Amino acid sequence: MGIQFNDETFHKDYTYRNSPAGIKRFPFPFPEDDYMYSVNIEPHVPGREGSVFEHTFDVDEHYVSEMRDRARVLADDPLRCQSLPHMTLAGWDLLELIMESKARDYPDMFQLTKNGDRWHWVNKPLGIDDTFTFLDETTLPYGPMEYITRQAQGDFTLQDQRDDNLWIEAGMVTSQADWSLDFDIGMSFHEWHAPVPLAGGMGIFDRALKFLLKLQYGAPVRRFNWTMTVDPLLDTSPENYHKWGPSKATLTPDTVGRRQHLRVELQTLYRLPRSNAIVFPIRCYLISFQDLVTVPKWGRRLHRVLQTLPEELAEYKGFARNRQMLTDWLAQYDDGSPTSPGWWAD
Amino acid sequence: MSAGATRFPAIVAEVTEINNLIKTFRFVREDGAEVPPFSGGSHIVVEMDDDGTRRLNPYSLMSDPADTGGYSISVRREDGGRGGSRFMHTRVKPGMTMTISYPVNLFPIDGRAKKHLLLAGGIGITPFMAHMAQLSERNQIFELHYGAASRAVGQFGDRLRKHYGDRIHLYYDDEGTMMDLPSLLRGQPAGTHLYVCGPKGMINAVMKIAREAGWPRGALHSEEFLAPPVGLPFEVELANSGKTVQVGAAQSLLEAIEAAGVNAPYLCRGGACGQCECEVAAVDGEIEHNDHWLTPEEKASNSKIMPCVSRFKGQRLVLNL
Repeated sequence: MGIQFNDETFHKDYTYRNSPAGIKRFPFPFPEDDYMYSVNIEPHVPGREGSVFEHTFDVDEHYVSEMRDRARVLADDPLRCQSLPHMTLAGWDLLELIMESKARDYPDMFQLTKNGDRWHWVNKPLGIDDTFTFLDETTLPYGPMEYITRQAQGDFTLQDQRDDNLWIEAGMVTSQADWSLDFDIGMSFHEWHAPVPLAGGMGIFDRALKFLLKLQYGAPVRRFNWTMTVDPLLDTSPENYHKWGPSKATLTPDTVGRRQHLRVELQTLYRLPRSNAIVFPIRCYLISFQDLVTVPKWGRRLHRVLQTLPEELAEYKGFARNRQMLTDWLAQYDDGSPTSPGWWAD
Repeated sequence: MSAGATRFPAIVAEVTEINNLIKTFRFVREDGAEVPPFSGGSHIVVEMDDDGTRRLNPYSLMSDPADTGGYSISVRREDGGRGGSRFMHTRVKPGMTMTISYPVNLFPIDGRAKKHLLLAGGIGITPFMAHMAQLSERNQIFELHYGAASRAVGQFGDRLRKHYGDRIHLYYDDEGTMMDLPSLLRGQPAGTHLYVCGPKGMINAVMKIAREAGWPRGALHSEEFLAPPVGLPFEVELANSGKTVQVGAAQSLLEAIEAAGVNAPYLCRGGACGQCECEVAAVDGEIEHNDHWLTPEEKASNSKIMPCVSRFKGQRLVLNL
């Protein structure tokens, strides 16, 4: 197989690491030296070879360990995966999308063989070899959404479309930036975005909803979001805040490089064909500050972004208390020289 | 964003005459591959090259959404129309290659409904044929009431009856059978959703009776594709592209804009989806708003126009295109 999978953890001893190649392909989310919200949506088309955009669903060196972490979180809290009864068909749509994409993009690792409705699915990295009947839930060990998202990195939510709105009514959410599926399930687009500061008044959600209601099958789109996480923890959930929230208070100037991580979400949106629902995969990438500054352009730029960010956003993203410490640490990697446009490493 | 949904070349595999007004067309992929699956209620846009006039008409998909071998649509010939249906009836033959779009759904079911009550008039039956295939596959409760002028033009009825049995209720004008809408709409269990597709008069009547009977607004769904009406020729100025465009009598404003080489956004081309909404920069005259999209206030203000179905009468119209 083309990918060497890391054996690593996302809790307790935190052995998560990016390899040098993993650092190089990290999706650094800032195309400019300052940051403000924008809808920043672009077509999700295959991108540069080796990048996280090369394939529809990126599989990287963390795949096997991330799936193990997901199983661990689900065992502790089964409500991280929920699907309202009318969303089952959308779950099948998602299963079909992921299986077809991965079998096409990574044929050495994933294989899908269809004999009418009888499908044979092989996932070599996870040692899965299953035969089931498409659209027959009784032939899978889990519902279709849970089955396939236990085998796919990133969180997934499924939105039903009705009454000119989108309703979050199913999801698999174990690597989230401090939001809860159990709390949000059943909400409309504006309801689940209500906690986000500033953007509502800018009309961003009205425009985004209007755009998404017209999202076409076969024309997926993507955007980035980002935040900060102390220690490489995927499951930064409100449910477990008591376990990870205090870590922010133990960060010191000496440990910033190792413990502070930039958390980037590659968010994509697809219209699903059979259900007319929309799936929203939210793929999380983590990089430690010490690894990030090995790309000089990124070190300089992150320093400038954190310096100029509106205070509301630092609050909302949960790093206001450490903002000065992070900026001071990054300052040693910003010599003031200009950065090239775009976010690719120089 | 490019205009319209993704398009692909398709071969006309079959043309079936249902009766003297309706023909069914089956499209398969040119490369022999599967067509994308779709959800009940979806339509495709079919492109026609009518002796140099490019026509793009939306038609509801009536085939089983799970059938990825091809798509089926039915077209009712409208002799008083602009020529799209006439082209489909007289010029489209098996073996021809045409360009069709990916499916777009503006008339989906509400999956939470306890029961689906489907009301069809005339050619408005087609989206329900796809809906019923999907609903029965998912073991959902539904009931179809289908009215047509006569048994001869309502031939889909017998076929549906054979397939779905007593879930299908048929009404024919010439036999004097009619839907008893008031009692039908009052006798439904809580959690029922109602869907209506057919002529404007039927949709209006159903909606009025449903509201009077106290149905929740969110449980009422309708689809009426408007064919762009014919009208008097007029002229329009496009401010951004600096072009002046003549709109012919049997041409829609959108078609005229496209023919002038301006890439305008669209999806349904039937006044329903809102995608082609366009700002009016200046107007001296009367915009004939024919769409279902703009609010009455927006229509009255003459600040916006839906070029897919609306027209203009007067001295000068300038659009921000």
